[in-house]
Amino acid sequence: MSDTRYTEDHEWVRLEGVIATVGITNHAQEALGDIVFVELPEIHRELVEKEACAVVESVKAASDIYAPLSGVVMEVNGAIVEEPALVNREAEGDGWFFKLELSDPADFAELMDEDAYAAFLETE
Amino acid sequence: MTIVIATDEPPAPLHHVPLDALHRALGARMVPFAGFDMPVQYPAGIMTEHLHCRQKAALFDVSHMGQVILSGPPGAAAAALEKLVPGELLALKPGRQRYTLLMNEAGGILDDLMVANFDQAGERLFLVLNASRKEADIKHIKKNLPNNVALETLDDRVLLALQGPAAVAVLGRYAPEVAALPFMGVLSVEISGAKCLVTRSGYTGEDGFEISLPAAGAEAFARQLLAEPEVAPAGLGARDSLRLEAGLCLYGNDIDELTSPVEAGLVWVIGKRRRMAWDFPGAAVVRDQLDNGPTRLRVGLRPEGRAPARPGVSIVAENDDLAGDVTSGGFSPSLGAPIAMGYVKRPFAADGTLLSLLIRGKKLPAKVVPLPFVPHSFIH
Repeated sequence: MSDTRYTEDHEWVRLEGVIATVGITNHAQEALGDIVFVELPEIHRELVEKEACAVVESVKAASDIYAPLSGVVMEVNGAIVEEPALVNREAEGDGWFFKLELSDPADFAELMDEDAYAAFLETE
Repeated sequence: MTIVIATDEPPAPLHHVPLDALHRALGARMVPFAGFDMPVQYPAGIMTEHLHCRQKAALFDVSHMGQVILSGPPGAAAAALEKLVPGELLALKPGRQRYTLLMNEAGGILDDLMVANFDQAGERLFLVLNASRKEADIKHIKKNLPNNVALETLDDRVLLALQGPAAVAVLGRYAPEVAALPFMGVLSVEISGAKCLVTRSGYTGEDGFEISLPAAGAEAFARQLLAEPEVAPAGLGARDSLRLEAGLCLYGNDIDELTSPVEAGLVWVIGKRRRMAWDFPGAAVVRDQLDNGPTRLRVGLRPEGRAPARPGVSIVAENDDLAGDVTSGGFSPSLGAPIAMGYVKRPFAADGTLLSLLIRGKKLPAKVVPLPFVPHSFIH
């Protein structure tokens, strides 16, 4: 899908109007392994791009999730808090993390598209 | 997000274990660990590998660990090693293995190790040392050996751990003798043409074996075991979560040169005769701690909620005073909940004590619980 973009921190961002849905990529969930805990930001929290705002933990390790773009948290996915393994199963779908109302939707275009992310993974 | 899997990447080039190609063929994710490129997990993942070990049998490659033979006239190796540990090695019968500690004069632990008396004549002991400590251990042991005891490192051998309730049935198909081995027994036995040293022990809390065998032919040997219907490969990730559930110490996390056997709850490793003679390194410190109580103790912790408490997390009392630190922690696949071990000041060490864990700036409740978290299933 052309409306999904990616960050170097292995997050995906899908834009609908001014609302961006954010999750971690399939590559990220594979690298993490079995996810056992997710902590999500508070609703209405204002995030600055690159700010640490969520936590995901696998059996082995904890990792921070960063805001891909600046904006306000409008919704979080309680389902992955209840069932963290959903992130492993559906990383780029039902395993989304939170929705942001972007401060400046134009920033979205600066993120990597699918081809650019695929190329970025090659370099990692 | 930042994906942090390996935590101790060394600057030196990594060593490869003899079964490196097998791990890669099995699809393992390899990570640096104690200077070795080791499988942390296979495609099944840590959770599945862990539960498979608890239900059937898992095969681990632990060839990064140090394998050493001490040899000399009858009893000489045991006498020499006894000077460095609090265990009674002179009383270790042929065919038996013991867990013990290399200690320093301050009562600290230089390493924890397994010692097996596999030789009917009492001339040779087989030692298994932690990978991260083996070079230091070997130097330390060598420095303290009399002229009539020699130390040989077995660098061209593989060490496999076959662990789980089905381990005895599986290995018994190849060597029926192993079924008769008692817990912490050791046996020299030829299995599928390989000269093996088999011990009935492990690091998972399950019944099982550790098998030392020559590197040549070890891949075929491992593939044979993996082809058994009950057996699946498991990596260091599952090994760590299994040992944590079993309440077993990880050197460098739960025990080190600054922790004593008394604080670590390992007083049982001190032999009766050694506790009368007080003739092991650090005996004065240990004796004082036994008489007056240690200032802190290793405990099990069950955090409320789902957030795992990782090593380094502070443990605080109800009045916010620092009670201690977490030394090992993660998620228990068997319990479906976080578990942790750590040291707390003695007044907070009683089972049932309510404490808090400081995780990302939040105070999360946790309870002191007895170890192990999951009962051991050793044979008796």
